[in-house]
Amino acid sequence: MRKITLSKAVNEALAEEMRHDETVIILGEDVAEAGTPFKVLSGLVEEFGTERVIDTPISEPGFMGIGVGAAMTGMRPVVDLMFGDFIFLIMDQLCNQAAKTHYMSGGKLNVPLVLRTNMGATRRSAAQHSQSLHAIVAHIPGLKVAMPSSAYEAKGLLKTAIRDDNPVVIFEDKLMYQDSAEVPEEEYSIPFGEACIKREGTDITLIGTSSMVQVCEKAAEMLQAEGISAEVIDPRTIVPLDEKTLVESAKKTGRVIVVDEGHQSFGVTSEIASRINEQAFYHLDAPTTRIGAMDVPIPFSPALEDITVPTPERVFEQAKKLVSGELINAA
Amino acid sequence: MSNAKKKVSADDALRMFRQMVRIRTFENNANQLYLSAKMPGLTHMYSGEEAVAVGICEALLPTDKITSTHRGHGHCVAKGADFKAMFCELLGKEEGYCRGKGGSMHIADQSNGNLGANAIVGGSLGIATGAALTSKLKKTGDVAVCFFGDGATAQGLMYEVMNMAALWKLPVIYACENNGYSEYTKTEEIAAGSITARAEAFGIESHQVDGQDVIAVNELSRTLVDRARKGEGPFFLELMTYRYHGHHVGDINREYYRAKSEEEDWRENRDPIIRMRAWLIENKYATEAELDELSKEVTEDAEAAVAYALDAPYPDVSEVDMHVYTDIEHVLA
Ligand SMILES: Cc1ncc(C[n+]2csc(CCOP(=O)(O)OP(=O)(O)O)c2C)c(N)n1
Ligand SMILES: [Mg+2]
Repeated sequence: MRKITLSKAVNEALAEEMRHDETVIILGEDVAEAGTPFKVLSGLVEEFGTERVIDTPISEPGFMGIGVGAAMTGMRPVVDLMFGDFIFLIMDQLCNQAAKTHYMSGGKLNVPLVLRTNMGATRRSAAQHSQSLHAIVAHIPGLKVAMPSSAYEAKGLLKTAIRDDNPVVIFEDKLMYQDSAEVPEEEYSIPFGEACIKREGTDITLIGTSSMVQVCEKAAEMLQAEGISAEVIDPRTIVPLDEKTLVESAKKTGRVIVVDEGHQSFGVTSEIASRINEQAFYHLDAPTTRIGAMDVPIPFSPALEDITVPTPERVFEQAKKLVSGELINAA
Repeated sequence: MSNAKKKVSADDALRMFRQMVRIRTFENNANQLYLSAKMPGLTHMYSGEEAVAVGICEALLPTDKITSTHRGHGHCVAKGADFKAMFCELLGKEEGYCRGKGGSMHIADQSNGNLGANAIVGGSLGIATGAALTSKLKKTGDVAVCFFGDGATAQGLMYEVMNMAALWKLPVIYACENNGYSEYTKTEEIAAGSITARAEAFGIESHQVDGQDVIAVNELSRTLVDRARKGEGPFFLELMTYRYHGHHVGDINREYYRAKSEEEDWRENRDPIIRMRAWLIENKYATEAELDELSKEVTEDAEAAVAYALDAPYPDVSEVDMHVYTDIEHVLA
């Protein structure tokens, strides 16, 4: 199968959906001629024109609000938020407006809007350009949240998001834009709420989101060399969450580590771990453990930044402990 | 150049020249560090805009406050920072102004009244206005200057805080560095109407000034800073300027959004340092040889600071969970 970059996969998904549906438009900063700073949207304005690929001023709450209003009245806006960190600027429009409109109207109004943004540290961009804020959004009922782990997921999930009648937030890892993966030529989409078992195993389950799927896969390789069989699961969407697949795997292996790039406290790892504990408790041989980003703002210095994010080595070490029966937190 | 010889002493004029040369030299070295892959991440060059930061900061006292932007090296130098701690910060070293935690986009010498460089466009408009509120409430006499780009005028926060600053007569000066672009987009495509008229709508006295003329910027700033200290603020300045490099150091092929000839015109015909140099010589404040010597000194100073910073240690990894809270030394301990 052909391989394309995650960036190209996103671009293809948008182009295909814009060809199918005239109401799909893109709104954001430097999305047209510049094709965004990451060059993800290059070529779209040439095909669809500036009426549908709309450059905005640096007015995030403004264009997000306009996106919500347009979505409520017949368009399908894909709002481009240049850095995930800027979510804090649009919180009212996203969480008080987009997320609640369907509910507050008793089901009469819809907000079929996609917010495309990014996440991920280790780009030496310091504390205001490196955050992974998906958990904050996932906390708000009414929003769906997708986290593609490769070009294949990025394309399939974005197509589903655009066709979804609810507001959907997609977090792309900005360090993965140039990573390639196999992506079919023919059109496809990936349903929300269906986890993907990336690798089957019997001794321990590693659940990872976004780029942490690769971290888990690398850890699984290292574990295999030590004779430990690890299952790797990518939930693909955290809202809705495919609890069933995660819990079944936990029951099968009896040991789980959840890995996510958001801050560890009050985050995705906590949520998934507690659902597993609630539903698979009597099948577990060890406490479900979590590895998230360190609970500090992301520092600039490479010497500090690299130790704030989960690594394959840390997952590997933790998995070995769990499998060997070493007592964790037993004191 | 402004015909302001009598008002500007030789000392002041030469200090402004030196500060502009220091900024340009800092940026040239930063660019080299990027190109030779010795600097982590990206950085936004201030080259071309030196007269703005220097003209304004030379009108301030060390205790006056400024807020800076993602394009903040110039503000940092102009407000009195040293090269060594700046290059250390740029390279993420322990001796940097922010102990390596901030990097290029957050570089600031806090001891000289710099309240930080902000990587959120327009993110410091509230902070500068709040600093002016402190000055008024505590009667410190401090003036706060908020540096921001033309792009930041699209942020709603600006209009909220200008309204309050005007209602409460706060000693704040909004300094809009209009360099013609926000990222890869021309200002006229993102700003409707007039920028100064927006401030005027709140009853804020506004001026548009040639941001390549350090003496004009400085003269106007001195007047406004004095008046702000007396409670006549706020004020708004639109400084017409230009960035020579790309939006950031990685923005190399930029002909799709601006012509090479335009860049050449600004560099050759409107450069603030070339203009000031000619002015100094014409007014016999300095000779060619003296100015060459000055530039040489600055270059040597910068090279020594770069060498120092390259050899300086990174922060110990134990620093990673320090400074999250004021009252918990290691939050994860
Ligand atoms: C709130 C926010 N939106 C977008 C960005 C991305 N961004 C960084 S600099 C920039 C352009 C800023 O233009 P301007 O204010 O004119 O400053 P200049 O870079 O020209 O000095 C943009 C869009 C950001 N950092 N913060
Ligand atoms: Mg600008």
